[in-house]
Formats: sequence, structure tokens, C-alpha cells
Amino acid sequence: MPEQFLWTIEVFLNGLMAGVLYALVALGFVLIYKASGIFNFAQGVMALFAAMTLYGIMNGQVPFAHLINAVFGTEVHYFGWNLPAILSIVLTMVVMILLAWLVQRYIFRYLVGQEPIILFMATIGLAYFLEGVGDLMWGSDIKTLDVGLPQGINLWIDETTFNAFGYGFFIDNLDIVASIVAALLVAGLVIFAQYTKQGRAMRAVADDHQAALSVGVSLNFIWILVWSLAGFVALVAGIMWGAKSGVQFSLSLIALKALPVLMLGGFTSIPGAIVGGLIIGVGEKLFEFLIGAPYLGGATENWFAYMLALLFLVFRPQGLFGEKIIERV
Amino acid sequence: MLYREAGDFSTTYSQDSQTFPIRFDRWRYYVVLFVAVFVIPFMINDYWVNSIFMPFLIYSIAAIGLNILVGYCGQVSLGTGGFMAVGAYACYKLMTAFPDVSMFIHVLLAGGITAAVGVLFGLPSLRIKGFYLAVATLAAQFFLVWLFNRVSWFYNYSASGQINAPERDTFGILITGPNTEAWATYLFCLIFTVFSAVVARNLTRGSVGRGWMAIRDMDIAAEIIGVNPLRAKLTAFAVSSFFVGISGALFFAVYLGAVEVGEAFGITKSFLVLFMIIIGGLGSIFGSFAGAAFLVLLPVALKVVGVDWLGWPTDIVAHLNLVIVGGLIVIFLIVEPHGLAQLWRLAKEKLRLWPFPH
Repeated sequence: MPEQFLWTIEVFLNGLMAGVLYALVALGFVLIYKASGIFNFAQGVMALFAAMTLYGIMNGQVPFAHLINAVFGTEVHYFGWNLPAILSIVLTMVVMILLAWLVQRYIFRYLVGQEPIILFMATIGLAYFLEGVGDLMWGSDIKTLDVGLPQGINLWIDETTFNAFGYGFFIDNLDIVASIVAALLVAGLVIFAQYTKQGRAMRAVADDHQAALSVGVSLNFIWILVWSLAGFVALVAGIMWGAKSGVQFSLSLIALKALPVLMLGGFTSIPGAIVGGLIIGVGEKLFEFLIGAPYLGGATENWFAYMLALLFLVFRPQGLFGEKIIERV
Repeated sequence: MLYREAGDFSTTYSQDSQTFPIRFDRWRYYVVLFVAVFVIPFMINDYWVNSIFMPFLIYSIAAIGLNILVGYCGQVSLGTGGFMAVGAYACYKLMTAFPDVSMFIHVLLAGGITAAVGVLFGLPSLRIKGFYLAVATLAAQFFLVWLFNRVSWFYNYSASGQINAPERDTFGILITGPNTEAWATYLFCLIFTVFSAVVARNLTRGSVGRGWMAIRDMDIAAEIIGVNPLRAKLTAFAVSSFFVGISGALFFAVYLGAVEVGEAFGITKSFLVLFMIIIGGLGSIFGSFAGAAFLVLLPVALKVVGVDWLGWPTDIVAHLNLVIVGGLIVIFLIVEPHGLAQLWRLAKEKLRLWPFPH
């Protein structure tokens, strides 16, 4: 059945696009995990926080307006300006760097050398904290983030495929932009890690903390740098997801979706995060289309990724590209 | 004069190995039990039961269950909400299928069914650990919630997709449904809480619990000294899920009465129970109670202070609640990784030597 086949291809392409966005979030995880061994559960909330901050700065919201109004009985809501998107993004990045510094200075400096699972739970706490602060600062209503990215169906692809196969593929412009941005981001990160001084220091820390320390690399600086980079990735992911489905709490659940992506790709591999994201994105869309919707009553996307990761774990615990896990007594 | 073991001589083995070896501690325990059973039921009304006592008792059971898995056996689980849902739906199916059977049996059976499901999802723990396992339990969480949402057999084909607890009694006293008395539901939950605590305490003192703790501290070493990891891990999953299932059944049938699965047993519930045991203290039964009490009372206290006294809007208080809980988690992990239970232990140490600490 050629029509069924064409639909499958369309679902496949859309799955690839969704996978790119998963990969974006997973990338932030990998950065922090490689450099500090912290499995940062708060990555999704950081994306949410970044998107909220961006929205707030763009529209000139007064931070903590609700709280201030409640405490002092005032009525302040807006500064009354609208900043251009680029400037707001830069300002948001400043906020994210500040956040990275605070997190490093006041939380993880005290937790160095703890067991990974303790660090993981600390990041869950951080996620809750950040979510509450974000809501207090900018309000918890659903916001539509518009930084001028193109949206809607790509007509060129629609027409070309219609002429070629007699069926026009529906592909969102935003997804295409997201893919390009993700590709640029990964390329940028790789270049940064390979060719700059700080990047080399970052890789050294990832290899061996103590050795890096002994040749004069400042661990503190590198960790702040890594958290800032993760904040930057979170900002990009937040912009993309925010433009796609609005800035709201469910954004932070994307972080959970990134976990199976990492299981597939391996915790320590940047290409792994990309490939894992694509596999999960395509896999869940195809499964939903071919099996989930017709036979299982739909909405299988909620759990497919986790089940796939579960199966994967049983047979290849280190993921596709991860380093082999060796246990020594 | 408090917590003095001076003059407290054990003359038999059973005296030596009792749960509360210090006389003062033992009496305190009896007094608490006496007050809980004979004083509180006569003093409470619906508000107290529904906003404080029942959530506290039910979450205590869940926290004890999760503490066995995470605190004693070292297997991190993020699937508590899903397992609570299993308990709730099992209880619902049993209640509607066998209306004449006592609620006690339904709740216990619901716990048993949850234990079986828990063992099933615990199987991957034999190959993976740490947060890899946490992700595997996430699979359980999302899959189970989806299952109860989609398969209409579980909610008896009701149009709304909700489950509603029908009126059921035990020994002629109404336990579920809209016409219950405050003291009846309170006592019903109390019985299960005490039962869970006693069973959990004695399991963790015995050879089973020692096996769990050996696995937690170092699984390879435990294997070498003869602890069977398959048995230890799977029994931990089974016992833990049993308690979590009981709490899920009570949460649905006695406390809420009507449940929509994604809302009542979502991922946030898993985190809530996990936070309880982190704040309360990993690997401590008392810690489970302390953590549950803390996280049940905190929103209530904040609401009283914020909304009723200061007149703030409720959403701000809810957000503040998130900030405080998240902040506390981090502070506890940094300052006191063993939680409120450790503070209690330290306080007891101090009291033993008081007023002459040197």
C-alpha cells in the first residue's frame, strides 16, 4: 500500500524532528555528567526556567510581581517595555550563568565526592526549588513564547513531495529550524571542546579530576563553565519547546524523556545523545502510528521511550556509545 | 533522667533483643500508641482527619515501603506512584467483584497483587543499578498509569474513566463511601500503619533485612559472603510494593473515594514519597514517619500562615511550598544526609547524658 508507506515516511521524518529536540535536552545532561559526574535531573526545569525568564524579560515583567503585590499590597506587574529578542536572549544567558555560579557555589561545592545517587537526588531537589522560584518570579500561567522563529507547514516541501509522490508531506518549519540550530549547537560544542583552551581543560576534568587539578586546571571554574553551557543548551531547548507547545510545566517533563535517550546513547557521549534522541523520537512516533494508535488505544508515546530503554538496559547497559562499565572490587 | 539505660538489666534473650531496649523508650512507644488508639479518635472531626491524620498515616505506609527499597536495599525507585495506582485499582476491582468481603482482606490482597507487579518490575534490578534502575522504574510509573487510563476493564467501563469507591464496611462499620465517620476511617488506617511499621521493623532487624543492607552497602561483597542478590533484591521489591500497594488502596478507597489515575498517582506522587524518606531519613522506620509528617504538615502550615493569616493568594503559597521543599531536600542532603531520624538519634544521645555531658 503506497499511501500507507508514504504516511510512514512522513511519521518517520516528524519523529526525526521530535528526536532532535529530545537530543537537545539530552545534550545538556551529557555535558554536566561528563565534567562532574552529576546526573542533572534539573536540566528540564532549567529549560523551563530559561524560557520563562526569556519571556519575562522580553515583555518587561517585574520579577516576583505577585509576591511583592501580596506582601506590600502594591499593584506592579510590568516595567512597560518590550525588548528585542536578541537582547533578551543575551540577558537570559546572563541569568543562566548567574544561576550556574549559584548552584556551584552553594550546592555542589558541598557535595563533591558524594555518591552519584545522592547528587542525583540533590538535583531533584534543585529542580523543585527552581520550578518554585520560576513560578514565583514570572507566574505559572501558560505563556506563548515568540522570538520570531518561522512556524507552520513548510509549503516548499509540501509542494515538492506532492509533485513527486502525489502526497504532500507535512513538516513544520519550526522543526526544520530546530534541527539546524541543534546541528550548529553540536558543531559549536565540539569545536569548543576540541580547539579552545577552556574546552581542553573541560575534557581534562572529564577524564580525571585529580590529574586535571594537579596540572593547574581550576575545577571550580570548569564546573561553573559546564553548568553555564548546560544553561545555554537549556535556553536553546526552552526556546524551541516554548515556541512549539508554549511555556508551561510539562516542559520540565521533557527532562524525563531525556533519560531514556541517555540510556540508549550512553551517558558520556555527545554523538550518543544525538543518535539516542533520534532513535527515541522516530521509535515512539512510528510505534504510535503503526501499533499504538490502531491496536493499543493510543498515547503510547508516554511510556514507549522508557520501555525501549528498559529493554536496552537489560542487553547493553552502557548504551550504544558509552564506555563499558567495569566493576572492580 | 531521660533515656537512661542504667538499671535496665536484661535477663533473657528476648529482653535483650526487643525493639525498644530502653525502658523509657518502650513506655513512650506505649503512650503514643495509647493516645493514637484511645484518645485521638474521640477528639477529631472531619477536617483533622482529612487534612492531617489520614494523609499522614497513608503516606507513612508508602514511605515505609519505599524506605525498605531505597533506604535499606539501596535500589532507587521512581515508580511509587505507579505501584500505588496498582494497589488502588486492585482494591477497586476486588471491592466491586466481592462486595461482601471485609475491607481488611481487600486491602491486604491489593497489597499482595502490587507485590507481584513490583517483583515483575524489579527483575531488571538484577542486571542494572543506580539511576539506570531509576529509569527502569520510571518505565513502570508511566506504563502503569497509561494502562489504567486506557484499558477500560480496570475502571469497570465507567464513562468518566474515574474509579469511585462504593460503600463497604468491616464488622458493620462503614469504611468507604461518602457517609463514613471520621473515627472509623482514622482507626482503619491506623491499624494498617501500625501493622506496616511493626512488620517492617522486624523484617529489617532480621536476616532478610541484613541481606538487604548488605546489598545496599556493597553488592559484590554481599554476594561473596553468601547473600543471594536475586532473593534479596526481589524480596525488597516485593515487600516494598506490598506496603506501597496497601497505601495506594487506602489512599483511593478510604481517603479520596474517587480517583483519576494520572492526577492522583502521577510522577509527582513518586517524588513526594521519595522526598519524605530523604527528609525523614533513609534506612529508618522512624524517619519514614517523620518525613511523612513533615511533608503532610508543611503545606497545611504554610496554608494557614500564608492564606489565612497573611491573606496571600493560594498559588503563591503553593509555589513557596515547592521552593521550601526543594530547598530543604538540598539542605538535608548537604547538612544531614541521614535526615530527621539522625537529628532524633542525636537528641536521644544528648538526653542520655543530660545534665552531665562529661
